[in-house]
Amino acid sequence: MAKPRLNWLVPAVITGALVPFASIALRLYRHRLGANPVATGLNQVGLLALIFLVGSLCCTPLKIVFGWNWPLRIRKTLGLCGFFSALLHFSVYLVLDQNLALKAVLSDVLKRPFILVGFVALLLLVPLALTSTRRALQKLGFVRWQRLHRLAYVIGVLGALHFYLRVKADHTQPLLYASVIALGFALRIAASIQKARLMRLRAGLRAAGPGLS
Amino acid sequence: MRNSPRPPPSSEITASDLYVRRREFIKNGALFVATSAGLGAGLVNLSSLGSADPPAKPPTPPKPPPGAAPWQISKRGRFITNEAQTSYEDVTTYNNYYELGLSKSEPAEQGFRIKPRPWTVRITGEVKTPQTVDIDTLIRWFGLEERVYRMRCVEAWSMVIPWLGFPLADLLTRLEPTSRAKYVRFTTLFDPEQLPNEESHVLRWPYTEGLRIDEAMNPLAFMALGLYGSPLPGQNGAPLRLVVPWKYGFKGAKSLVEIRLQETEPETTWSQAGPNEYGFYANVNPAVDHPRWSQASERRIGELERRKTLPFNGYGEYVAELYRGMNLERYF
Repeated sequence: MAKPRLNWLVPAVITGALVPFASIALRLYRHRLGANPVATGLNQVGLLALIFLVGSLCCTPLKIVFGWNWPLRIRKTLGLCGFFSALLHFSVYLVLDQNLALKAVLSDVLKRPFILVGFVALLLLVPLALTSTRRALQKLGFVRWQRLHRLAYVIGVLGALHFYLRVKADHTQPLLYASVIALGFALRIAASIQKARLMRLRAGLRAAGPGLS
Repeated sequence: MRNSPRPPPSSEITASDLYVRRREFIKNGALFVATSAGLGAGLVNLSSLGSADPPAKPPTPPKPPPGAAPWQISKRGRFITNEAQTSYEDVTTYNNYYELGLSKSEPAEQGFRIKPRPWTVRITGEVKTPQTVDIDTLIRWFGLEERVYRMRCVEAWSMVIPWLGFPLADLLTRLEPTSRAKYVRFTTLFDPEQLPNEESHVLRWPYTEGLRIDEAMNPLAFMALGLYGSPLPGQNGAPLRLVVPWKYGFKGAKSLVEIRLQETEPETTWSQAGPNEYGFYANVNPAVDHPRWSQASERRIGELERRKTLPFNGYGEYVAELYRGMNLERYF
């Protein structure tokens, strides 16, 4: 059977990712975002950033569990969607929520743990977004590139923590995203342990002589 | 063969590989549309969890219940700010009433569950005669007065609301507190039939709030029964709520069933949930930040520019005296 070409997949993900932003813009225009549209927009864009980042962290576990290859083809797209959403989230905070009061923003970032955590996550996303091209990968070399992009895990955890620290009383949602990230970690660790065991087994077989392998 | 069409020129004949790929093209197109639509819908739903849109139809003001006490403004109001009033729609669709739902819009959807009549309030503790008073009796006793207050939420947004009700001091004076009455505790209805989210455990129910007796006797402390000339809708705390405009909004306990006078400082729901974030006093104070956000400025609902938050929400001339000599950073 021919390999499915899936060349529609990345454009479909990008189109789908734009839908919630179009929805927010449309609801803003039609005064449907409620009495405090800045707060609602800020929250929804921030949540979208977390959804995209957690989504990109789910790609590898999906491959591990189901053997699918298609999640890996959208991992970068999801990560970049997360970066652009996080950037938009910060811009809404800076411009619409704080009216560019840089002093207030600076003291917020330094004094409020939840804002600091979110800000650090955004900063860490910048090098990942900049090195997301094939050329950057070739320039860095795969090993260094991969090491750098492990930051994605840190960013995911920081994103969920930022959400957790912000919530007033009901922690259900942030805990849900955190557990998805944790489940992904567990699967990755389980898979790498299995892989190591398999390698050792193979090495053992090879040592035992050519007749056996 | 005169009528038969000429065969098409070879340049117009579809190449055979394209003809074969037609199916694939259609299939991929369908997959593209389905995937982007499904992903888009999923993202819209996930990202609006907890901050859903307000109800499609703006709430209509409730009518006074039949057979109730006459519903008319009987007194010239005091403390009427001339600042622009927040629209009825915004006041009644952007609410923090966790017993009706955790989002801002859910209380407006669920508010109809509160049955404002018959309704009684238990007056207990350190008063001359503890008693249960019918809500309409309260209206007959004290009449209805209009007040237009600023309301500053601890979440750094604010509104201007025309309330209808009577001064808390009138009620307390009539009840004749004993000399041991140092504090007043306010308790919200506990009834998951009317307040469905009381099934959850996000906060300790029933919601309680409290004031020091001298705060409660301050002429600004107000018992509201209505807003914008009509009875309170459920989401705003029907049928009776506390309004203390120099304190953060969460002090204004809603749908009250008990007012208790007591000697000790009452436990209050939010300060129990987060003792380092929400104090007993909760006076609006731009100089004392909430641990997680600044209280120096606020967004007035309906405005895009932030405004500076005023000490005691601008009511300092009436209430600052109550806290003379107190360290307001400690008693936040």
